Amino acid sequence: MTLAIVNVRLVDPEALTEAPGTLTLAGGRIVARDRPPPAGARILDGGGLCLAPGIVDLGVKVGEPGERHKESFRTAGLAAAAGGGTTLVTRPDTHPPIDSPESLEFVARRAAAASPVRIAPMAALTRGREGREMVEIGLLRDAGAAAFSDGLRQVESTRVFARCLTYAAGLGALVIGHPQDAGLAAGAAATAGRFASLRGLPAVAAMAERIGLDRDLGLVAMTRARYHADQITTAASLPALARARAEGLDVTAGVSIHHVTLNEFDIGDYRTFFRLSPPLRSEADREAVVAALADGLIDILCSMHDPQDEESKRLPFEEAAAGAVGLETFLPAALRLWHGGALGLARLFRAMALNPARRLGLPQGRLAVGAPADLVLFDPDAPFVLDRFRLRSKAKNTPFDGARMQGKVRATWVGGRQVFAAGDADARP
Amino acid sequence: MAFAARHLLGIEQLPAAAIVALLDAAGDYVTFNRQPLRRRDTLAGMTVITLFYEPSTRTQASFELAGKRLGADVMTMAVAQSSVKKGETLIDTALTLNAMRPDLIVVRHPASGAVNLLASKVDCAVVNAGDGRHEHPTQALLDALTIRRRKGRLEGLTVAICGDIAHSRVARSNILLLGKLGNRIRLVGPPTLIPAGAGEMGCEVATDMAAGLADADVVMMLRLQKERMDGAFIPSEREYYHRFGLDAEKLSRARPDAIVMHPGPMNRGVEIDGTLADDINRSVIQDQVEMGVAVRMAALDLLARNLRAGRAEAAAAAASAAATGADHG
Repeated sequence: MTLAIVNVRLVDPEALTEAPGTLTLAGGRIVARDRPPPAGARILDGGGLCLAPGIVDLGVKVGEPGERHKESFRTAGLAAAAGGGTTLVTRPDTHPPIDSPESLEFVARRAAAASPVRIAPMAALTRGREGREMVEIGLLRDAGAAAFSDGLRQVESTRVFARCLTYAAGLGALVIGHPQDAGLAAGAAATAGRFASLRGLPAVAAMAERIGLDRDLGLVAMTRARYHADQITTAASLPALARARAEGLDVTAGVSIHHVTLNEFDIGDYRTFFRLSPPLRSEADREAVVAALADGLIDILCSMHDPQDEESKRLPFEEAAAGAVGLETFLPAALRLWHGGALGLARLFRAMALNPARRLGLPQGRLAVGAPADLVLFDPDAPFVLDRFRLRSKAKNTPFDGARMQGKVRATWVGGRQVFAAGDADARP
Repeated sequence: MAFAARHLLGIEQLPAAAIVALLDAAGDYVTFNRQPLRRRDTLAGMTVITLFYEPSTRTQASFELAGKRLGADVMTMAVAQSSVKKGETLIDTALTLNAMRPDLIVVRHPASGAVNLLASKVDCAVVNAGDGRHEHPTQALLDALTIRRRKGRLEGLTVAICGDIAHSRVARSNILLLGKLGNRIRLVGPPTLIPAGAGEMGCEVATDMAAGLADADVVMMLRLQKERMDGAFIPSEREYYHRFGLDAEKLSRARPDAIVMHPGPMNRGVEIDGTLADDINRSVIQDQVEMGVAVRMAALDLLARNLRAGRAEAAAAAASAAATGADHG
């Protein structure tokens, strides 16, 4: 069946344009752009709202296997669809970790059966994420691993990490690093500085990130591996990143939505929903990272969705689990940057859809004819107050509870099939 | 009433006037405590629970005595033998105790912010008796009272806080309190034990005792908190004593009438010379313990007043709502 979505603003992250237009979908793909709807096509009037490629979210934690009470593929998929996400690149730091072709197949099978959106699973880089022996990178890649990462854990041994990079480089596999010097970061719950000192929280110097990044970049220069830094959150890391780029290393960097919209003061009176890994940074760091995202030095913006149950968060700050859910708040939070004038819409979707898809070699993230019809229709201005208990995620640990936000998803398509329509939301209790 | 707080969680939330009001009330209790008959019924019929997740001798005893002298029923919770050891969370313990309807809970906990968390879950007044490296407000108040009585004022003084500042909640509360009242604060210690951002807190920083103690009116020594250290911050206790241990020679840099303080318990021969600690002309360490009881009596008294006022207001509001309801009925 052919569907023509008319009267929309097309947000094109490839051309970096935003213009009124029409998009025609058939057979799961985009078949025409800005053409009159063909005879017999179903016509959907977008009411002048924005139509953009669906979000490709790199680094999503789902609780399967092991912690399904926190998030399942079904709930993560529903939450993503409601938030405009169409591809979830899932993290391997589950229990047990995804470090064998067999466990990757389990994830792929569960995801296909339960999730309304696409799941691209990542595999661990080392067995058991213990940082000692590399996984079967070749077999895992053949089984469909999107990338290799030990999650929010640095491979401490430079020798092991260098070997992993060398081996991965031979296969062209993407390695995702977590640039945090493990020694400095041990036990930290906040970023070192006046705020953490007055709160009496164990803290890590912002410099731990640059030390981790410098180390990784040195090893990348040595091995010529394809490397992505999962989260760059401090100003001190940016010159190192720019230098690596100028030297022609195959290096990209990401940042979580929380680190570009919140800062350490949001922790306030020990609010554990603001405990993240790495911890929230100073306002100066946040501003520098937003600027780097705007000029493209940081390539990828992600939700870093990390569901935690209530018990893990109802503890003193330094004992509470780190992480925040982000699938449904990702777009409205990102739109804060647009409303604030920091980034254009097309730029935002370059960081949220096009760049992650390109980096992983996926065809999504574009509005071009022939691209998969993974799309999100949204109203960037619609205001609302977030109520965490209305989130579709099983876990409700969002730092945006009670926040005034703008931007509502009206519809989401994956491969031309509609997986979310607003109104579902209004019918919810 | 200048002291209007519901809880005493930290110095950070207290305006200067509230601090002064608390110290004035505590001053009266010092006189009272020196009388032969030291019992009042200010808190008669009220229940005070002391809940200590860290071992403590002087603070817990001081609160217990303060409560008893004011006529309260004081229950001391020995956490080591309680359900906490069986895995009960802090919030569940708080809810359990809350159901027993205490009026005041005094809490010490090893995690920063834990007392704030507990306070948000209970109906009674909560006193922070030390949370992690965050705050220890009654210690700062008793230090302030000691200084005020010895120096005759609590402003424009140069106070050197020396030693393990990074791990010290006493230091944080003192920095906040003495800063609010307009004193000059100098943090003195090895750089590994000076917290990040100290300069932005309005403090001067010195990394040797000669510069740090110059012209100081008050020298406040801190205990080396070996139990909170997760690695080597100093090469040895011997070197630490040599460079930062307070002795007569180092003290000679301070003003001739400078007083020496220590929150206790002391590591004699590590951060302070034993003879100096016992020198009644310079050391006010015993005064601090005495002031501690008075400050805690004042804190319990004022919090209980606010608690009663709050309850009376709530009852009046309920009665008025019921009356309005009856009119319309």
